[in-house]
Amino acid sequence: MKKSVFFGALTAATLTAGLAGAATLDDVKSRGELICGVNTGLVGFAAPDANGNWSGFDVAICQAVAAAVLGDASKVKYVPTTGQTRFTALGSGEVDLLARNTTWTFSRDTDLKLQFTATNYYDGQGFMVRKDSGVTSAKELDGASVCIQTGTTTELNLADYFKANNMSYQPITVDSNAEGEQQFLAGACDAYTTDASGLAATRAAFANPSDYVILPEIISKEPLAPAVRQGDDQWTDIVRWTVFALIAAEEYGVTSANIDELAKGTDNPEVNRLLGTEGDLGAMIGLDKTWAVNAIKANGNYGEIFAATIGEQTPIGLARGLNAQWTQGGLMYAPPFR
Amino acid sequence: MTTAHDAPESQGFRLSQLIYDTRYRSLTIQVVVFFIVMAFVGWLVDNTIQNLSALGKDFNFSFLSQRAGYDIGNAIIPYNNDMTHGRALLVGLINTLWISFLGCVAATILGIFVGVLRLSKNWLVGRLMTVYVEVFRNIPLLLWILVAIALLTEAAPSPNAYKINPTTGEASASMLFDSIAFTNRYTAIPSIHFDRSLGSLDTALAPISLNFLAIVLVLIASIWVNKRVLASAAKIQEATGVRPTTWWKSALILIVPMLALLIALGFNPDEPVLQGFNFKNGTNVSNSFVPLWLGLTLYTAAFIAEIVRAGILAISKGQTEAAYALGLRPNRTMNLVILPQALRVIIPPLISQYLNLTKNSSLAIAVGYLELRGTLGGITLNQTGRELEAISLMMLIYLAISLSISGAMNVYNNRVKLKER
Repeated sequence: MKKSVFFGALTAATLTAGLAGAATLDDVKSRGELICGVNTGLVGFAAPDANGNWSGFDVAICQAVAAAVLGDASKVKYVPTTGQTRFTALGSGEVDLLARNTTWTFSRDTDLKLQFTATNYYDGQGFMVRKDSGVTSAKELDGASVCIQTGTTTELNLADYFKANNMSYQPITVDSNAEGEQQFLAGACDAYTTDASGLAATRAAFANPSDYVILPEIISKEPLAPAVRQGDDQWTDIVRWTVFALIAAEEYGVTSANIDELAKGTDNPEVNRLLGTEGDLGAMIGLDKTWAVNAIKANGNYGEIFAATIGEQTPIGLARGLNAQWTQGGLMYAPPFR
Repeated sequence: MTTAHDAPESQGFRLSQLIYDTRYRSLTIQVVVFFIVMAFVGWLVDNTIQNLSALGKDFNFSFLSQRAGYDIGNAIIPYNNDMTHGRALLVGLINTLWISFLGCVAATILGIFVGVLRLSKNWLVGRLMTVYVEVFRNIPLLLWILVAIALLTEAAPSPNAYKINPTTGEASASMLFDSIAFTNRYTAIPSIHFDRSLGSLDTALAPISLNFLAIVLVLIASIWVNKRVLASAAKIQEATGVRPTTWWKSALILIVPMLALLIALGFNPDEPVLQGFNFKNGTNVSNSFVPLWLGLTLYTAAFIAEIVRAGILAISKGQTEAAYALGLRPNRTMNLVILPQALRVIIPPLISQYLNLTKNSSLAIAVGYLELRGTLGGITLNQTGRELEAISLMMLIYLAISLSISGAMNVYNNRVKLKER
């Protein structure tokens, strides 16, 4: 008897280990909680407040997905990841979704076996310097020491940029944004480089933000997108279309204020399909009819989330720029819901 | 079911003997445990292979020959971002060896010093050393490293604080001994400079300066000749009982050739001088290196001090008294009687401290000093996504370093340990 129990347990352990990473949707539903990999702390994107409640642009994506899948935006467990640990955390199944300003690149998509769902922020790498250094262009950074987060695409862009411009620099490697901030403020480096949005968010947290300038040069394309593991198409679709639902909601004027009213039915069939009053798009991705309603209710549509977390009214003060709707000259463009 | 027998000695071999017969039992247990362990290892490997194939990943090291694309701030051998991940690994490995070597040397010197002083009859000195040992031994190393880097970056002035202010005529910060400047970016120390160079030898790894090679050769040669002189003196002493004076010969052999070579090469230390925004001429040691080295040294030295103290205390007092009774002076008692015996006790635990220091050097990741963990296990792993390959390669390298240190120290241990005849 004892023996068969032991072997039974062994077989079960083998099977579970073998199947880990399959249907993420079932895992999340049975757990009743979405595990979301976020930044260790980047104001505006993902940062805990004094009470340990996370908020920010990336956090809003986690909450929207949790709302779409579980019907409750608060059922999210946040796992802070560094630039180094994030892909391992995702690949090993420690997190279900990685919403951590992660750049969509060819090799990450293919070689790292990730699946980038939909770009939620179009970014680019920039530099921040002290105002009193007198530097006004990245081209004047020859010989500078530059603080840089390790394990990021910025590391490679920086090397390429200085090489292309025939300049030299001294890299000062840091492990997290907090460490970079500390080194930069202490004067251990002349310039701090990361995604321009990250720079703005970091600067907003400084005691005297006006003493620092972000240089005009943007040296790379950094489309930031939530990522999931490759090989689970249903889960990929859920995350991708949740992001698109937020973007489409802004385009069609669906906001957290008027959504309850619109969800009763409108004369726009696209909105009706999105909100589940016509057809059953939710069932096609294994969710309820009201998945998109729940997702939008969590923190509002894309524009509302942007304005509340990183927009011009916030201390971070980012303009919509490339991230405006396509109808307003930006790149945010959700495919049709039909 | 086994049944009792009256005459077991007449029986042939029965299967139950494997468990109940003490002659076979231990063998049975070993075989069973061996199979369980192998089955577990087999399951782990199989599980890994299954999961890798489920993720569609393979296991190969071809990434080592791809372009690295990132820069390393403190490379000892020539490196740029066009070189391969393999080269970056090598840069990291050499940085690991370098910090470990410097850490071991400094920790040994400091450790012996503190260990001996802790036994001092002077109350204050003894207690001070006790405080040092207890404080450093009982606080995690990572915290010491972080404290050191925080002190350097927050408290040290910026390089231009060393500039002489034109209105007041003096600088707001001054250099230690006029040659060392702590700044919040680096520590500027004098570098070695030769007026005449013999050229350099190009190897695949790095160009080696011939000046440096010449110095090493002269050093080895003079130590060897000195050894011969001492050996012949010992021979004369054994034959006649009178030891000829050798100190002036030793001094001549050790100092004169080296001095001649250094003068011939035009050796002089190059003091760091502030030019523009930064110190030039000297060597600027990065602020990730200094805290790491300080942390490793101070922490490990506390352990070494305890080992040294224990080693000395382990020699019975009778040995000292017997030496005094024979008329040996205190320092000769220490050198000829106490230390040779104490070393036997000191060396084995010292080996494990060296191993610890080497492995602890991977904490460099906390301060951004790119050694093996930072290059292969950090950036390379991250940019290529080859976790399994990078981590197993890194483990293999650390294992190889540790086994080499342990092997070398065992050879030394065999030479000093008690020869039983």
